[in-house]
Parts: sequence; structure tokens; C-alpha cells
Amino acid sequence: MSAGKVYKTEAVVLKGMGLGEADRILTLYTPNYGKFRAVAKGVRRPKSKLGGHVEPLTHSVMMLARGRNLDIITQSQTLDSFLSLRNDLWQMSCAIYAAELVERFSAEHAENYGIFRLLVETLRRLSEPSPSGLVLRYFEIRLLDFLGYRPELRECVVCRASIRPTANLFSASGGGVLCPLCQVKEAVFRDLSLDALKVLRFMQDEDYSMVAKVRLQADLSVELEYLLREYICYLLEREVKSATFMDSLRKEKRPQQDRVAAT
Amino acid sequence: MDFVCPVAPVARLIEEFHKLPGIGPKSAQRLTYYLLRMPEAQARALAEAIQAVKERVILCSVCQNITDVDPCAICDGQERDKTKICVVEEPLDIMALERTRAYNGLYHVLHGVISPMDGIGPEELKIGELLARLKNGEVQEVILATNPNLEGEATAMYLQRLMGPLGIQLTRLARGLSVGGDLEYADEITLARALEGRQEF
Repeated sequence: MSAGKVYKTEAVVLKGMGLGEADRILTLYTPNYGKFRAVAKGVRRPKSKLGGHVEPLTHSVMMLARGRNLDIITQSQTLDSFLSLRNDLWQMSCAIYAAELVERFSAEHAENYGIFRLLVETLRRLSEPSPSGLVLRYFEIRLLDFLGYRPELRECVVCRASIRPTANLFSASGGGVLCPLCQVKEAVFRDLSLDALKVLRFMQDEDYSMVAKVRLQADLSVELEYLLREYICYLLEREVKSATFMDSLRKEKRPQQDRVAAT
Repeated sequence: MDFVCPVAPVARLIEEFHKLPGIGPKSAQRLTYYLLRMPEAQARALAEAIQAVKERVILCSVCQNITDVDPCAICDGQERDKTKICVVEEPLDIMALERTRAYNGLYHVLHGVISPMDGIGPEELKIGELLARLKNGEVQEVILATNPNLEGEATAMYLQRLMGPLGIQLTRLARGLSVGGDLEYADEITLARALEGRQEF
């Protein structure tokens, strides 16, 4: 944390919680100070000048004053409010999911500039018209990288043999691919189709601009989504709450403008 | 608290006050010692009022508002416009809207708002009860009056999805500039919405 009494930082608001009558405690994610909570005073009053600038999923530059417990946000200038996200229920849920992953995986005050940039880029991609179906999968793969949980996709995590171009297994407990021979040696595993393995490797190696060009069939999309979700839940030791909401949205009938592929 | 009062009933009351929101250990102690000095009749009245609230206040089976009669005075009111339902997050929102005297329709309280990160989904809210009210064809307009923040918008959009196919007019409370506010200080989201919702003048 900065030594001065007042400091400036870029931030994405991950979530907010009401405090007292008119205040809010915000969980911020910043490029230099990682994740921490701060107070926005009086923002629940309609006339608050600060109010709209500290909504969740807003990318801003903020001024904060050191406080005894929590620092206090004195000013906030919005860089991007990702407006189109807010008008689309599905995209908004995807964005909330990304924010929840960053929130759950990050320890307080742990600086990780890569994650900050990834989050901002992901929010931007989600607010574009017709985002690729792989935005969240790419986000997950990169996030795991930055956190030090990069899945091993070249060698079997048990016997270290090179993975062959066939159906294999993915083990959350092993942190990567299992060859078919080592199936019983890990506690948690699931089937991994060859196509899914190829897409995972592609996302690990390539830039988003390349990944965005990939069009996946529905069942491959679903396989990837559940594979990564299982791995993430294993690492977090809990379910991802906003994923449950996304599932319930998909179950209900989608209006005509929604995309077909699972995001 | 470091020091616990050795008189058990006093310590217990302090502990109970401390459980209330916004009441820290010092406030809990202050309230307790004030009550000790209060005339017995007054303290008893407080105890009875607390009991009455829990015993007699229920949720209206129609609109889910807090009430002591079922259906509540608004749902039952003959002079109310039964073709409109205004959907709000909490009972206090009804109080605020009623104070305007600008609305004569019915209400529905969701008792919360969709917040995916906190695990609050549609099943946790009184949405099923709202849909049930729309079945008899009497209702022509549903006004979505959830708060103009992320969770309120998510809830409004979710309800729009659910109720779209029903053919009922769905409206959203105007979101935009506050009276007495300044365009210069307004945030982008507010300004964008205010522009979207502009009307003939």
C-alpha cells in the first residue's frame, strides 16, 4: 500500500456490499495493489456524486484516503462502464462470473498485473456485439496460468509420458492430462476428447485474436466448459456461485438475439 | 467484549442488542443501561412491541408485503387499480412509492434481488408468486421498480425474459438524472440511460 495519506489507482469494482444507511463496502481489483476492500461513503443516496461511478464491473481511476480499517474512496473517474454488458442478461452473467473467479482466487493485497489486464480485456470482449463463445474459456485458461495453476497438457501428470493423439483423461487433482494407462492413479478425473485437448493447448499457446476465430460445435463447447469448471471448483474447494445462475439462464428459453454456442 | 458484566440478565441483554445491525458493544451497553433506568411500563411496552411484530406481522399472501391482515390493505383496497402491479425489491420500497401518492396500482415484493455472486438466484425470490398473480388476465401492466444498480438491472432483465411471452405490458421505472443533480457530475451509466429514456417535451 502507498505510504502517503491519499493515493490514486486504477480499479475494477468486483462487488459491493451495503454498509449502514448509505455507504457501501466495495471489493476492488487493482493493477498494483491486487484485491482489497474500500468504503464508498454515501453512495446509496440518490444525490451522491460518487454513486454511479462505483458500480460493480466498472473500470475506473480512483483516489483513496488511508483509513484506520478500510481506505475510503474520495473520487472516481470511470474509464469504461461496459455499458452494453448491462443491457444483456447473458453477457452480464458472464462478466459477473469472471469477476467472481478473480475475487475468489485472489488473496488480499496480492499484486498480479496479468490478472488485472486479463479481467479488463475480458470485460471489454464481453461488451462487444456477438462475443466469441470462447471468451470465458480463454479467460479461465489464462487466469489459471497467472495463478500458477497452469494445467499440464503435454505429458501425463502421473507417468510423464508424452500425451498421444487419442482420447485421454483430464485430472483436476493431478492438474493436467492423464494418459489412459494411469486412469486409476488420480482421485479426480474425467474424459478428455482429442478435440478438447487441442483447443485447450491452442488457448494456452495463442493470443486471444487467434482464439476468437475458432468456432466450436455445441458438445465440444460444453465439454470444455465443464472440464474447466470442475478443475476450478477443485482448486477453490467450492462451487462458483454465478455459474449456477448461468446454468439456470441457459435452461430457460433464450430470446432471439442470444448467441447459440455456450460461452 | 473484554469485560462481561457479572449480572447475568444484564450481560444477556447487552449480548442480544449487540446482535442487531449497526449496534457495537458500546452502543449495546448504553442501550441496556438506559433500559435499566427506564420506567418498567416503558420497558414492558418495548418488549411487547417486539413480540407483537414477530407474532402478528406476516407476509401478504398476494403481494408478499409485510402486513398484519391477509390480504394486505393495498391488495384488498377497492379504490386501487388492479390492472397494474409495481414490482419492488423490499417492503420499504413500497413505503417510499406510496409517499409519492402518484401510484394507485398494486405491488409485489420480491424480498431481495438477483445477485449471482452471492448465490442469490431467482428461486430465492418471490418470483413464482408474482407469476401466479398474472394468470387470471386481470393485470395489464407490470412496472419493474427494482433499484437502478447492477443487481436490480439483472433482476429486471430476468423478469423481462420470464414475462415477455405473457403479452402483458412491461415497463421499467425511468432511470436517469436526479432532481437537483448536475449533468457534469453524473456518471456515464446514468447519462446513457437518461438519453435512452428521453421523451417528448
